[in-house]
This record gives sequence, C-alpha cells and structure tokens, in this order.
Amino acid sequence: MKIWKIGLSLVLTLGLLGADHSFAVRKGGTFNWIAPYGSKIDTLDPNNSGDEQNGLVTMNIFRCLYRWNAAENKPQLELADAVDISPDGLVYTYSLKRNVKFHNGRQLTADDIIYTYNRIANPDNALSGTQNLVFIRGAMDVFEHKAKEVAGLKKIDDHKLEITLTSAIDPAFFLYSFPMSIVPKEEVERMDRPFSSNPVGCGPFKFVKWVKGSEVVLERFEDYYESGKPYLDKLVFKIMSSSAARDLSYRAKELDANLLYATQYAAYKKDPELSKNLVEVAEMFTRFVAFNPEWELADGRKPFSDVRVRQAFNYAINTDLIVKKYAKNKAYPAISFLAPTTPGYDPNGKRYEYNPEKAKALMKAAGYEKGFDLEIIGTGDSSYGTGVIEVAIPFLKKINISASALTLEGAAKYKRQGDRNFEAMICSFGSGPDGISALMLFHSTKAKKLPNVARYKNGEYDRTLDLAAETRDPEQRIAYVKKANEILQADAPIWFYNYNKAVIAHHPWVHGIQKVGIEHMFQDFTEVWVEATSPRANAK
Amino acid sequence: MISYVLRRLIQFVPTIFGVTLIVFFLLNVLPGNAAMMAGGKNRIPPAAQKLMIKKWGLDQPVYARYFKYIKGLCTADLGTSFISGERVTDVLAPRLWPTFKLAVIALAIACVTGIPLGFYSALRQGTAMDTVTMIGAVSGVSMPQFWLGLLLMYFFSVYLKILPTVGYGNGDPKFIILPAITLGVGYMALLARTTRAAVVETLSQDYIRTARSKGISDLLINRRHVLRNTLTIILTSAGLQFGSLLGGTVVVETLFSWPGLGTMMVNSIYYRDTPITQGCVMIIIVGFLVINLLVDLSYALIDPRIKYQ
Repeated sequence: MKIWKIGLSLVLTLGLLGADHSFAVRKGGTFNWIAPYGSKIDTLDPNNSGDEQNGLVTMNIFRCLYRWNAAENKPQLELADAVDISPDGLVYTYSLKRNVKFHNGRQLTADDIIYTYNRIANPDNALSGTQNLVFIRGAMDVFEHKAKEVAGLKKIDDHKLEITLTSAIDPAFFLYSFPMSIVPKEEVERMDRPFSSNPVGCGPFKFVKWVKGSEVVLERFEDYYESGKPYLDKLVFKIMSSSAARDLSYRAKELDANLLYATQYAAYKKDPELSKNLVEVAEMFTRFVAFNPEWELADGRKPFSDVRVRQAFNYAINTDLIVKKYAKNKAYPAISFLAPTTPGYDPNGKRYEYNPEKAKALMKAAGYEKGFDLEIIGTGDSSYGTGVIEVAIPFLKKINISASALTLEGAAKYKRQGDRNFEAMICSFGSGPDGISALMLFHSTKAKKLPNVARYKNGEYDRTLDLAAETRDPEQRIAYVKKANEILQADAPIWFYNYNKAVIAHHPWVHGIQKVGIEHMFQDFTEVWVEATSPRANAK
Repeated sequence: MISYVLRRLIQFVPTIFGVTLIVFFLLNVLPGNAAMMAGGKNRIPPAAQKLMIKKWGLDQPVYARYFKYIKGLCTADLGTSFISGERVTDVLAPRLWPTFKLAVIALAIACVTGIPLGFYSALRQGTAMDTVTMIGAVSGVSMPQFWLGLLLMYFFSVYLKILPTVGYGNGDPKFIILPAITLGVGYMALLARTTRAAVVETLSQDYIRTARSKGISDLLINRRHVLRNTLTIILTSAGLQFGSLLGGTVVVETLFSWPGLGTMMVNSIYYRDTPITQGCVMIIIVGFLVINLLVDLSYALIDPRIKYQ
C-alpha cells in the first residue's frame, strides 16, 4: 500500500512537472533579433564566410557535424547519434542521424558531409573554413592541388561516415563552427539562383527573405529533426550597427533582445526594470596590447625584447580602474590570455596588480629609467581601440613611456599587423574555445591560423603546448594548458587588458537566451520561446 | 534641343571614365585587401588569403585590373562581388530603389518646407520672424543627422509609439517618415537659406521697383516676377542637393537600417570589396549627371530667355 502511494505520488509529481513544462514552453510568435556587427550581411553561404555577422544568421539555417553546447561550454555531436573512435584516436566513425532533412525535403546522408568538406578544401573555391580541415588526412593535398578529393573522408553507407585524422586531436573543436555547415550539393550548384542569397540547410529555421542592408527573415522548419523544436514561428535578424538605435528599438519593444555596449550596460544596470533580464557571459575574446620585441629605438636598443619592460608596462597601468571607468565594468580584468570560460583558465592565477613603484624599479633595472617614446596603433573600436590607449597614457607617463595612440581604419591596421610594422598594437583575439588552439597564437613556429602577433619565442612555452596537443588524457592536457598560460603570463609578451563581458538584455516575455562563451551573439534559437505577453506572440 | 541633349550625353562618357579611373586607383592604393577583411573578427589564415587573392585577381597589376574592369563596363558588366560572389548588378539593383525613394521624399520635404520658409523670411526681412526662421535654418544645417535621427526616434517611437524606429517594412510608408525627415532637415535648411538670399537679391532689382510703382499687388509681383526669377537658382541648388543626396544617405541608412546604396558603399570600402564600391560610384555619377542635365533643361521651361542650341 505504502509503495503504491509513493509510486502514485511520484507519477503525479512527474506528471505535474511535465505538464508544467509543456504549459510553460509556448510555441509560436516572431522574435525580432539583431545582427549588430556592421550594417551588412555579405553572404548566407556559410562555407564562404568566417565573419560572425553572417554566422549568427547561418547557424540557425544550417547544422554542422558538431554543435556548440553553451551550457556545458564545449562542442557536442549534432548530426550523428554516435561516434566510434579507433584506439589510436585517428579514425572516427560517425553513425549519422537518419531523420535529418534539408529544407528542400531531401534526407541528409554521408555524401553531403563529404561534398561539403571537399568543397571547403578545394582551393579554387577560396573558402574561409579551409584551415579547419587540415587535421583530416589528405585535406592538405587537396588544398595544394595535389588531389581532387580529401582522402580521409570515406562513406561506409548513407548513414555511416569515416574520417581519418593526421593526428589524435579532438575534431569537434574544428567541425562545430558555422563555416563548417553542411550544405546540399544540388542547391549549391543550382544555376537559376545563387546559393549565397537563397540558402538551404538542415537547421531549425528555413530562409524566407533577405532585405539586404536591413533584415533577414527565417521561419520554422516543420521537419526539423529535434521533435517539437524550434518553438518560434519566425526569426527576424535586424541589421543594426548603431547601438543607440538598437537601444531605442529595444525600449520601444520592437526588439525582443539586444546586445549591449558599455554605455548602455551602465544605464541598464541602473534601471530597475531593464536590469532584471541581463544575460552576461565572459566571452572567449581577450583584449591586449601586443609588444613588438623587434622594434628598435634610435640607439639600437629593443625595449620590448626585455621581459622587465614588458612586465613594467603591465604593472604601470591601473587596469581595474580602466575597466571600471572606461569599459563601464562591461569587461573582466585579464589575468593571463585564456578567458574565464576557456578550459585551462586559472581563476587563482596571479595578476599584474597596479604597482607603479614596482614598474619604475623594473624599468630602472632594465636600463630604461628615462623611458622612451612609443606609438601604439589600433582601430577606433570603443572596446579595444585607441580610446583605451588614451586613458592608459597617463599611467605610462609615470614610468616615462611617452605613448601616443594612432587610430587606423580596420584594413590599414591589419596590413600593418601582417607586415609586423608596429611598435605596439591594441587588439582583440579569440582566446577559446579550447586552450590549446587559443594559446597557439603565441607558439613560435606553429601559429599557423594567425601569425604570432607578439613574435613571442619561448622554448619551454612551445614544448608545453606541444605536450598539451599530443596528450590524450584530458586532465593532463588541461594541466599543460594551464602551465603554458602561466609561462605566457610571466613573460608578458602583451599587456593583459581584459576579457569581454558580453551582455544581452531581453524582455521579460523571452526565454531560452543562453550564455554563449564563444560569442554571445551565436544564440541557437532552437531553445528560445516567447510568452503570450510578447507584442509579436501571434505574429506570423 | 535634341542636339544639345546628345552633346551632353556624349560628354558623360569621358566624365564617367575619368571618375572611374580616379576612384579605381584611389581604392587600390588603400592598404589592405578584401581577403584580409573577409573573415570579420576571425581573421582568415594567410594561406587561405593567398588563395582568395589569386581567385579575385588581386595579384594582377593595377592597370591590368583596371582594363579588365573597363572592358566589362563597356558590356555593362560591373564585375562580381569579392565577398558574396554575386554579380554587382544583382547586388546593386535592389538597393537602388530604396535610396532613390528616400532621396526623393527627403528632397520633397526639403522643398515643401525650405522654399516657403526662405521666401517668407526674405519678404519679412529684418523682422523677428526672419530671425527665428534663419536661426531654425542654421540649426537645421548644424544638427548632426545621427543626433536628429535619434531624437526623432525617441519622440515618435519610444514616447508617442506611433512610428517604427528602424527598418524598411516591405515598403510600408510609415517606415520612411523618420529617415526622410532626418535626411531632409539639413537640406531644407540649406534650401531656405538659398531661397532667402535669392529672393532678397531679386527684390532689390529695378524691375520689381518698377512693378511696385505701377501699383501691381505684392502677391502678383511675388508670383510673376520674384518667384520666377529666383526659381532657376533654387532649382540649381535643389538639383545639386539631390545628386549629393544619392551618395549622402549613409548616416541615415545606417541609423534606420535602410537597405540603400549608402551603407553598402561604405561597407564595401571598409571590406575592400572594390567591385561593389565601383558599382556604387558608377550609379552616383550617372545619377548626378542625369539630374544636372534635367536641371539644365528645365531652365528653358522656367525662363523663356534661355534657349539650348
């Protein structure tokens, strides 16, 4: 009797919980969202752009073999139910989901993944995701015109795919991002309409229209493989580069959610209503000033080749104050390079605290007591541009570094960065999602994806990072990553400024906005839903 | 008249070639290239950039690229966008109408308000109303479009909730009101000042004094003599402004997410998508030349003394 009662109460409780959930999650409605990075979207062909402004749209139209799991902060299998990994870690056999359909109604098969990866690897297509395939056997041969197809991709049957790697790394970190989205061959090669403006994917939303320069409209794909999802009828991306206009649109309730910049963040935090629904995350972007160790003064000395000068620079600036006053607390002062959401970040790491006396002593010990003139280049970006340098100048003056800021237009800055034609440079670089690839930015020989901006050379650092890449033991790998991050921090090839705090404000009727550390704007709208109180709750 | 029009149309050709030459070479001396910018915040790896540079022909000498561009231009082929891979004509076509519509309505607002204000101010020269009108005009010219747009947005969208803040809204007229006012106010103020100066000048002419001495009513003098004689100056000013409106909508388009040419041109410069920039410049040049031709032709309609041969 007792057992029966307990069983009944359990069933009722679970039933109520289930009922509550089904009542709570509401289907339908239109969600007005934003594309805030510039006043354009170039292309909706996901393979053809690494620009996140395009990606934040295409990631909801397409799907990759893996998907970023924002809650667990790591990539997870998406288009496959399971994967078998060979004992040596080089062969991955994927059992693909059987219920995945493209928006044109055709079922996804292994051929689509092979076609997509071959398309990306083909150098004649000049696509931006190429670098993500270098770990697949034979990809480089295609890239170098030595082969026509990637040898490491093998179809076992329509729903079984084998990928052979060149080294035992985790392919998830390379295959989850939007440039690796799976595309259907018949749509890409259609001659009657360009794929770049008529995208067909297998994601939760299908393309409706694109008013170039104004908005992109998507609608729910009824045959999406996750049962019952997505919840929204329609998803609209308003292309809005003006943060002030976005703020007013949000306040007028024309936008359901908004990405905040520093000035708005401060105002929203003070407002009792607006402050209620802020979703904050430490994004995997680290802002820093890279020093050029090869830059010479007129007397032939190279100030930044001396670790004491670099450390003095870090001690001289009151980073906390700049983050508080200039960045309006919409950032986290940096400890080292890895961001708080990146595996391997050490929250207990020792920071360069504000200590002008120590900075002076280091400058004196290095023979730079009288300081030097320094030009720091950067863009006009409000978060990691020359404005930051302007507020840091008085601190540097105290250690006799007469710094000046030179604002350059984006392309001009990237040209000088590529040519290594700078004394110091303020910038922002991705510091995730995995610690190894993030720290590779400072590897003296393997910084392939992007050049080693700070021209940092340290054998111990390189070796530690190599060991991290070679080991298959996750805990050991993290330990090596932490160690490399510590070495980097001690050597200070950069001024560790801050990690971005990305903030999305949403109205009370919105649910499902996630903390996405890789880029907060990469919201997966499969989970987002709106209450009946939304002004667009019934809009089709 | 026809031979005059033909002559002017032939003059378009060297003008267009001259401008394309200057713009093409200016764009190519800018540091950086489209491959460098294609990845957004995630810079594309150098190896992939090299492939893009080769694919887009950016490894060719500038003169070779220019001749290729001119060759295409002669067959109405403006090239292909580096970034999207679409034909420039296909990219530009949908942007043309929104910008044209916005420019026309902004100019209409400027004319409908600016010309009467300038006229009224000139007729009441030296009075308090003249001072108030001209202070308004100077303020209109001085006020940054960005700031004015935000103020209008706040008042009409957030406070009164009667107009949408941003967007194109499938061409719904209510979406164009705020951007058109924002764009038109500055030009309205310029037109008011131009009109006032022209009317004041005309009012001091002998034939106006003669007409007055003959006892003709002020209304008739203003309509028949003052308005007609100042109209050529006003029309010239309005025509030139319309030309600059076609290329000067970038701030308003950016602020209001208006899908026009201005934002696209600025973005294409930033991203070094030179085929798009060249295409936008081409449209603006042709628009400017055609409007100037129309303004010149309209002089003959306004003033019978002007004849084109």
